[in-house]
Amino acid sequence: MSLTTENAASEAFERIDAEAVNSATKRQPLYAARKKIFPKRASGQFRRFKWLIMAITLGIYYLTPWIRWDRGPYAPDQAVLIDLANRRFYFLFIEIWPQEFFYVAGLLVMAGIGLFLITSTVGRAWCGYTCPQTVWVDLFLVVERAIEGDRNARMKLDGAPWSLGKLSKRVSKHAIWLLIAVATGGAWVFYFADAPSLFVEIFTGKAAAVAYITIGVLTATTYVLGGLMREQVCTYMCPWPRIQAAMLDENSLTVTYNDWRGEPRSRHAKKAAAAGVSVGDCVDCNACVAVCPMGIDIRDGQQLECITCALCIDACDAVMDKLGRERGLISYATLSDYNANMALATAGSGSIDPARVREASGKLSGAVAHFHWRKIFRPRTFVYFGAWSLVGLAMLYALLTRDRLEVNVLHDRNPQYVLLSDGSVRNGYTVKLLNMIPEPRVIFLSLEGLPGATMQAVGIDQPEGRSLAIPVEPDRLREVRIYVRQPAELSHRGNERFNFVVEDKASFERDVYHAKFDTPEGSR
Amino acid sequence: MSEKKIDEVSGVPTTGHEWDGIKELDTPMPRWWVWTFYGTIAWALAYTIAYPAWPMISSATKGVLGYSSRQELATTLTDVAAQQADLRAAIAEKPLDEILADETLRRFATSAGAAAYKVNCSQCHGSGAQGSAGYPNLNDDDWLWGGDIDAIHQTIAHGARSESDADTRVSEMPAFGDILSADEIRQVAAHVASFTGTPSDAALAEAGAQVFADNCAACHGETGGGDAALGAPNLADAIWLYGSNEAAIAAQVRTPKHGVMPAWQARLGDPTVKQLSVYIHSLGGGQ
Repeated sequence: MSLTTENAASEAFERIDAEAVNSATKRQPLYAARKKIFPKRASGQFRRFKWLIMAITLGIYYLTPWIRWDRGPYAPDQAVLIDLANRRFYFLFIEIWPQEFFYVAGLLVMAGIGLFLITSTVGRAWCGYTCPQTVWVDLFLVVERAIEGDRNARMKLDGAPWSLGKLSKRVSKHAIWLLIAVATGGAWVFYFADAPSLFVEIFTGKAAAVAYITIGVLTATTYVLGGLMREQVCTYMCPWPRIQAAMLDENSLTVTYNDWRGEPRSRHAKKAAAAGVSVGDCVDCNACVAVCPMGIDIRDGQQLECITCALCIDACDAVMDKLGRERGLISYATLSDYNANMALATAGSGSIDPARVREASGKLSGAVAHFHWRKIFRPRTFVYFGAWSLVGLAMLYALLTRDRLEVNVLHDRNPQYVLLSDGSVRNGYTVKLLNMIPEPRVIFLSLEGLPGATMQAVGIDQPEGRSLAIPVEPDRLREVRIYVRQPAELSHRGNERFNFVVEDKASFERDVYHAKFDTPEGSR
Repeated sequence: MSEKKIDEVSGVPTTGHEWDGIKELDTPMPRWWVWTFYGTIAWALAYTIAYPAWPMISSATKGVLGYSSRQELATTLTDVAAQQADLRAAIAEKPLDEILADETLRRFATSAGAAAYKVNCSQCHGSGAQGSAGYPNLNDDDWLWGGDIDAIHQTIAHGARSESDADTRVSEMPAFGDILSADEIRQVAAHVASFTGTPSDAALAEAGAQVFADNCAACHGETGGGDAALGAPNLADAIWLYGSNEAAIAAQVRTPKHGVMPAWQARLGDPTVKQLSVYIHSLGGGQ
């Protein structure tokens, strides 16, 4: 906004150059209607690769809860199980207690760095191939194509007035989508309970309410996000594209329209050639636009919406094959290669001349830069890979050396000590013994240090002494009250440090807790 | 002035604001976003109708669902009470030694007793049952009236020197200030101190032996061991309710203080008294 002061002598006020922001004439409609996208079926190497990834990811998702893993009689036999009720997480041979949740945090750190690594090398590969949104939208599109036909048929159907035929197609499409959505929500709950028994319970109406609610919620999200909202999720809702875009650099692979060989595009290449005008490889067939599930034109350059699914590459390659030109008018390319080729094609003139990138024979010039897999090895990817493997190795080390027998001790604070009638001093402790394996064990608890002292456990019928044998149930924590008593003649020495030691005599596992013994003298 | 300004690059209208050549696009919201926004408004309105919300003059609107957090608490408490009904019934029926022998009942009674203790007992005996001068420490192994589970139950149920309970624990140490001379009191105090430590004056303690035998041994025993049946404290141990130095002992001989504990049976009911007994018994001194 600028302020104009008129001639002060003639006018005593300022005229401000401003306008009403919300004036009626400027008002916009509050929403923009979504423009429907009808992606055409693509075929080619990337499409085949995506089918494979889809089969693998869906297979993992739906089948994992059904894999069995024998852990003996005291633990569930499901290979992957998140047992919320008992606060245990089972993954194959690994069992995680709640206090070991940092392993999951470590996995998330690895996933984060892994994302950096993947994005800096192959761009938004996560978005294009493995993101659940992409996979399920792809699955829903398969259903849509099977029922309503490919792009043109679907567009025609969409524009047609309602009829019995249209209704039956639409109803059956949405019905199958909902079935897939229910199966998706249904598969999720199997990760949280014994899958075979929950399966029966669900169909006999005996499963917990939370199971049905979860299935309901996930059915709704799958159907709405995957079936109805599709690309809008990626464009508007997901923060990932913004973050990933910030992580790309000039050496990251992105789906690129190589306008240095495509432009100037022409629908009449033969006529132009006859007229002696040099035209690019792009024949403006729009095949790349028709297959795009995001509804963009890759020829406009890198865009936020592009999930790099590479279907436009397949579509364009098919056309190039028919035209007898080299594949790769649209290709995975790095910005640095693209810039080099662009410089070659423009030769500093500011306009592209396709002749500059071609030999006299019509083949692409040898000077054209191509991506080589060795280019992924660069300092940035080494740093990411190093950090990623460091976290992974640290976790692996922690996992291999972790304790399966632990002791935690709470020292009574009120009272800190109790003077007994014979003058001896007693301290109370709440000792928690953690038997973290799915087998029952007898854990030996003993005192280390504090000479002359003895202990006794409440509710365990064993003579007072310096060692107790305490049975602990498989995979459980046992809490015992321990009273440690120091004879009168020794308790004048003040507060003393000592250790509670737990041992499994069979496996030689051992854990130590550094405790303190309070006395009246020490507290004075 | 008031026509729409369209950004040339994106083709999207702008708000008309401009800062150093940077314009703010007025991109329309996607439809789903707007509907979600409307949805939240509708939800909020429906919520204020369904649940208590709008402040009125004397109270808030009640809401058509009739929900109240107080009612929810009452329901939760009733549910919990229903879940615990079996345990409570078992505790009401069974004798204390059976409760101690049953792991589940013992645990439940200990927790319930700890809660009842915090409400009813901690005011005098302390939150850790550590006691203070005049109020016995319940953690130790010295018991005025006996430390087995039944004796503890009897003391809690009927109190000590409670005026409201006929079965209360009663013992009254006479005020020896009226009976003994000042010298005799000093002598006997020195003698009592000699049970557990070194008296200030050995000759004084020696002289007090006869005074003790004549006046005190009947209740406290020849060697000062006390008698739980009479509520006579053990004078030969390390634990002193009113202080262990000779002046404090002499004061207690001259004009004894007597603690009063209320009878709880009538007020709390027998199941709670049983739970309290189990809790006190678990504190480490139970016999």
